[in-house]
Amino acid sequence: MICLAGITRIFHMGDQTVHALNDINLTISSGEYVSIMGPSGSGKSTLLNIIGLLDKPDHGNYELDDKIVTDLNETEQAQIRREKIGFVFQTFHLVPRLSAAENIELPLILGGIPPKERRQRVQEALLAFNLEDRAQHRPAELSGGQRQRVAIARATIMQPKAILADEPTGNLDHQIGSEVIHLLEKSHQSGTTLIVVTHDRELGARAHRQITMRDGKIQTDQTNDTD
Amino acid sequence: MTLIDTLQLSFKTIMSYRIRSLLIILAMSLGVAAVIVLTALGDGARRYVVNQFSSIGTNLLVVMPGRAETSGSFPGAVLGQTPRDLTLKDAQLIGRIPQVKRYAPLNVGVAELSAATRLREVTVLGSNANLIPIRHMKLSQGSFLTQGSARSAQIVLGAKLAKEFFPNNNAIGQRIRLDGNRFLVSGVLVPQGESMGFNTDEVVIIPIDYAQSLFNTTSLFRILVEAKNRHAIQPAKQAILDTMKESHDGEDDTTVITQDAVLETFDRILHALTLAVAGIAAISLIVAGVLIMNVMLVAVNQRTTEIGLLKAIGANTADIRRLFFVEALWLSLAGAVIGFMLGQFGSLLLRLAYPLLPAWAPAWACLAGIIVALITGILASLLPASRAAHLNPVTALSKK
Ligand SMILES: Nc1ncnc2c1ncn2[C@@H]1O[C@H](COP(=O)(O)OP(=O)(O)OP(=O)(O)O)[C@@H](O)[C@H]1O
Ligand SMILES: [Mg+2]
Repeated sequence: MICLAGITRIFHMGDQTVHALNDINLTISSGEYVSIMGPSGSGKSTLLNIIGLLDKPDHGNYELDDKIVTDLNETEQAQIRREKIGFVFQTFHLVPRLSAAENIELPLILGGIPPKERRQRVQEALLAFNLEDRAQHRPAELSGGQRQRVAIARATIMQPKAILADEPTGNLDHQIGSEVIHLLEKSHQSGTTLIVVTHDRELGARAHRQITMRDGKIQTDQTNDTD
Repeated sequence: MTLIDTLQLSFKTIMSYRIRSLLIILAMSLGVAAVIVLTALGDGARRYVVNQFSSIGTNLLVVMPGRAETSGSFPGAVLGQTPRDLTLKDAQLIGRIPQVKRYAPLNVGVAELSAATRLREVTVLGSNANLIPIRHMKLSQGSFLTQGSARSAQIVLGAKLAKEFFPNNNAIGQRIRLDGNRFLVSGVLVPQGESMGFNTDEVVIIPIDYAQSLFNTTSLFRILVEAKNRHAIQPAKQAILDTMKESHDGEDDTTVITQDAVLETFDRILHALTLAVAGIAAISLIVAGVLIMNVMLVAVNQRTTEIGLLKAIGANTADIRRLFFVEALWLSLAGAVIGFMLGQFGSLLLRLAYPLLPAWAPAWACLAGIIVALITGILASLLPASRAAHLNPVTALSKK
């Protein structure tokens, strides 16, 4: 499903150049559960952003669903983000003035789904993520775990092919964090590809395929056969 | 993203930044209201003057001696001659012109009016019976110098004079002296107040012959002429000029002012003034536009992570641009509508405060105020909207 070939991403900081990604080759099949680990600054977020079409590589080729997406224009890439990819961030990134339900509804609005269907799907999502009684609350009135549940509900509401989570538990305590991971794994069990960037070895080990990065390169890439 | 969703989403944004939105709407609406109130004032003044002019007579032409040009083209000036005076004979000649409905010769002077123990100086108009209809004057009592009785020593008193000299409201038929000459009061004018800087309440009117002998002159001050209708004004003017030239041995030494020419000049001046005032008020709209631009730029800065998020969940540049654009549009639309209502209310207050002033903002001014408000709002949003649309999602999302 995801096929990266020779992906390089270079940042210029003054007269310094940083190879955030250095000639990455990576193939992830549909329905895989992948964790990406590595020290700070090793390029994990940059890799995730390129997979999610938020960032463009300086070199290399990216095929998504057998289609080269590197050269697509901005509008086409936005459409792919909307339909095929769900993002989950460490800092949740909820819109502060919208209620939980409205935040979950946003991708449906961007997708031009008619209001009646939107209400129904948001209602289902609120139920699935146990947020019915928080539907009208603003993000500021929610706990961290609740906020991340809203964010995951928002990431999954368009039934994307892949969920990209960048340290989804980074701002949560251990117990709440594992609840959140369970929710992500639940959507993986229904067939979605799940890629999680994490610093937590224990959480990382839960993935079927574990990738470690260092200095913009993939260092190890191992798959658990036991599962 | 559908249009309705865009409208709704930006409306929600405006509602959640309540104070900010209210301040912008206030600035915008004050601008629109200023345009409307000031044009109401200007146009009211214009209409007031036009009405005043119409009240002194319709289809009016004023004949006066001498050339109006200051260029010195009057050849007599070079030869040391003075322009010839207008005489009663000239007036009679004018009366024969087919386009002329009626005419009133006019002499003006000052004399002492006295009766019993009272005595005061008054302005004396010498004319004939046509003066009343030509000048749209009215009598409250008695009759005017009846047609053809120019020789009977009748006098018509202004309302205030009648009251001063005959407080018992019995002026008609009383004797009164003007510089020692005896007159019989035949009529009293309706109080009109000041009109075109001339108070008819404090004048007396006597037949032209008496006025001429009173002031010891044979020349006329003016001849007032009423044309048959509006279309006859120009031909009448030409005919009068021709007649006067013939009567004055071929000299072009008369001036004819038509009322509509004067009216048109005033109309144009006041209209231009209204436009200028409206333009100045419109500048406040531009200022409001700058305010919108500034506030929208701040908003883009404030909502950077939000814009990054919207992009991450699939909004494209056009979606983001439209959201900010529509937000500014809502603000300027609200400002325009509220400003329109404020302006109408302000005009109403003006009319209540100055009942004589027809302070109605013309439709073009209301429309222009609203359209300028919308256009400045739209223009002001273009830069911020485009800046938001082109934010890099990764850097936007990582902004603290
Ligand atoms: N916008 C940018 N401009 C300049 N340098 C950048 C930018 N984004 C990332 N980098 C650099 O690229 C490298 C990789 O960054 P990245 O954010 O991918 O690391 P990471 O593995 O996600 O680290 P962390 O675990 O701290 O989140 C770092 O050296 C970082 O400084
Ligand atoms: Mg990172």
